Amino acid sequence: MSTLSYEASKKRVFFGLGLLAAVTLVEVFVSLLGKGHVIKGAEDYSLVIYTAGIIIIVLSLYKAYFIIFEFMHMKYEVKGLALSVLLPTALLIWAIIAFFQEGDSWKNRREQIKAKDAQPAEKLSEPQGMLPSDTYIPENWL
Amino acid sequence: MATVDTVLEHEHDVQQGDAWDGGKEPFKVSYGKLMMWYFLLSDAFTFAGFLIAYGALRFSSPTWPVPDFVFSTAPFGIHHAPLIFVTFMSFLLIISSVTMVRAVQEGHRENKNGVVFWMILTIIGGLGFLGCQAWEWTNLIGTEHMTVSTNPFGTHLVNGEYLDDDHGHSYKDGEARETFKAGSSYLIHKDHDTGQWLQRRYIAEDGTTGVQAFGPKAFGGLFFFITGFHGFHVFSGVVFLIIIAMNAASGLYVKRRNGYEMVEKIGLYWHFVDLVWVFVFLVFYLL
Repeated sequence: MSTLSYEASKKRVFFGLGLLAAVTLVEVFVSLLGKGHVIKGAEDYSLVIYTAGIIIIVLSLYKAYFIIFEFMHMKYEVKGLALSVLLPTALLIWAIIAFFQEGDSWKNRREQIKAKDAQPAEKLSEPQGMLPSDTYIPENWL
Repeated sequence: MATVDTVLEHEHDVQQGDAWDGGKEPFKVSYGKLMMWYFLLSDAFTFAGFLIAYGALRFSSPTWPVPDFVFSTAPFGIHHAPLIFVTFMSFLLIISSVTMVRAVQEGHRENKNGVVFWMILTIIGGLGFLGCQAWEWTNLIGTEHMTVSTNPFGTHLVNGEYLDDDHGHSYKDGEARETFKAGSSYLIHKDHDTGQWLQRRYIAEDGTTGVQAFGPKAFGGLFFFITGFHGFHVFSGVVFLIIIAMNAASGLYVKRRNGYEMVEKIGLYWHFVDLVWVFVFLVFYLL
């Protein structure tokens, strides 16, 4: 399947090992930098935290790309196969945005929900959820 | 034995001829490999569901334990070594992924001994990873008392200083009190004799006093379920690797003469386990 010779693909594999290990080390370093382990006090700046986060996410996506296309040989498969596996994962972009926004909304409404929970329940004079008594109901309705 | 072999080979030939009769193959790949890809796609959605739930709950919580505080212990009495142990675990998976690629390459060359050799190295890597995970879980459950429903890792919302020490004794007059910043993490210890949680009291900058609160409950459940689900994938991967390595060693795939396709299929699965770890590592340990 592979278009590379045996020797060349063997080399490529050990290059991949070095690459993934190096990227992982950089990720851990950037993560610790963002948490203030490398430079004391760096974690007080939200710019540092966000930049570190974005760098880590991009590097992880690169690692994922490398594993799928090199180690799992997606690069050498027919385009239709690659698309049929990869395109559905685009749905996750929508899921991530929707659920994270929802999670953020839970946080913002936490106090509101607590306050509502603490309110005494209103006494209701009439039964709720029924049709108003003057609603016209045709005789042959049932 | 000779007759059995002949029958097997004959059936195999028939299958080869009849497996696809729809003209030109659009994906130029065997049924088994294509279905492995689609299984992995569905599995990716399962993991994505778990990880997105983690993200949504983390976003919904005003505080969250800082990972480099939670995961800072390693075997042999190493403490305050943030993320070092999980980085080692990541390396184990990456290395075992590489040895798996080598096994697949040797399979393409129909080199039986090469396949078995590199598969054994892959199995060792997988077992090493599982061992590390067992240690990590043992430490979190046994030493730090984190469970599915209890999360002793809390985070401060305000700046302040503690009124008592780790053992619950109030600071004496004139003694320097320990201070903390908003966003810093703490671990609520458990008294070994009484089994009581030792929640330290503090005074905040604005003068209000309080006790250390337990962290978001979801943290423990999410951690054990997601790393457990991944660990179970690693475990089943190791089981399948052992079976296929034994089949390869017995010479079963030599007869099939299809470039050790079974090894290629378990290889796809094994790389996927490594791929998922990239994202588990990202959300649980790095961010």
